[in-house]
Amino acid sequence: MDGAAPLIDPALIGVTSAPTTIEVERGAIRKFAEALGDPNPAFRSGDVAPPTFPTTFRVDLPGVDLPRARVLHGGEEYVYERPIKAGDRITCVRQVTDTFVKQGSSGTLNFLVTEQEGRDAEGKLVYRSRSTVIVR
Amino acid sequence: MQILKAGDNLQPLVKDPVTKVQLLKYAGASGDYNLIHTDVETARSVGLGDVIAHGMLSMGFLGQFVSDLAGPENVRRLTVRFGAQVRLGDVLTCQGVVKEIVATADRRSRALVEIWAENGKGERVTTGEAEVYLPDP
Repeated sequence: MDGAAPLIDPALIGVTSAPTTIEVERGAIRKFAEALGDPNPAFRSGDVAPPTFPTTFRVDLPGVDLPRARVLHGGEEYVYERPIKAGDRITCVRQVTDTFVKQGSSGTLNFLVTEQEGRDAEGKLVYRSRSTVIVR
Repeated sequence: MQILKAGDNLQPLVKDPVTKVQLLKYAGASGDYNLIHTDVETARSVGLGDVIAHGMLSMGFLGQFVSDLAGPENVRRLTVRFGAQVRLGDVLTCQGVVKEIVATADRRSRALVEIWAENGKGERVTTGEAEVYLPDP
């Protein structure tokens, strides 16, 4: 240990976002599928969202401000209760669940793990996600 | 959907080469405006040499792979780790192997599938696993 303060404050663990409601728009689904080059007619029509569409549900975490250009994405997980469809109103809550530091070959790597869940207008769980980012 | 059993190799999905326009489109469509994906000066300033693809683009390719396999309504879980960087011009091939068929409490069987996206040099740039529901027999 060199005694330097970690770049990501462990006190952030537990920080939770305000609930953020997103309307799933047909056009947004279409553009997302087109950017992926995914020809699936269910996606191209904008009816059904591709599996990774929840990445568009961006929710700010208070007090978490990372140096963007030094952030790399380490990993991502989605667990789906049902497909997301055009017209859904999804309310998302995101939380910091872990921070840790590892020594890499090119220096210290700072990890931030967040989890997010989305519920529909009836309050039913639609999906959960877990994201790991690394600040170099 | 094809009948899946443990040990099956899935039909690979070969994606078109990653282009700058695709990264711009993906930035706009996903809302990830980190400039390391779209601006060469920013990428160079942090030692990347040139822009790199969004990790989530390769996960999106694997999402296509898994939706093609099982149908969008049958995808239960998708998990990946981002390893090597993806560069402009890279051709990614999505591949997978069925690890296990699992019977679940709700009596719908699921396939646990190891998945990865491989570049032209044979490096597995993004690796992970998926769970998909199988149709009722």
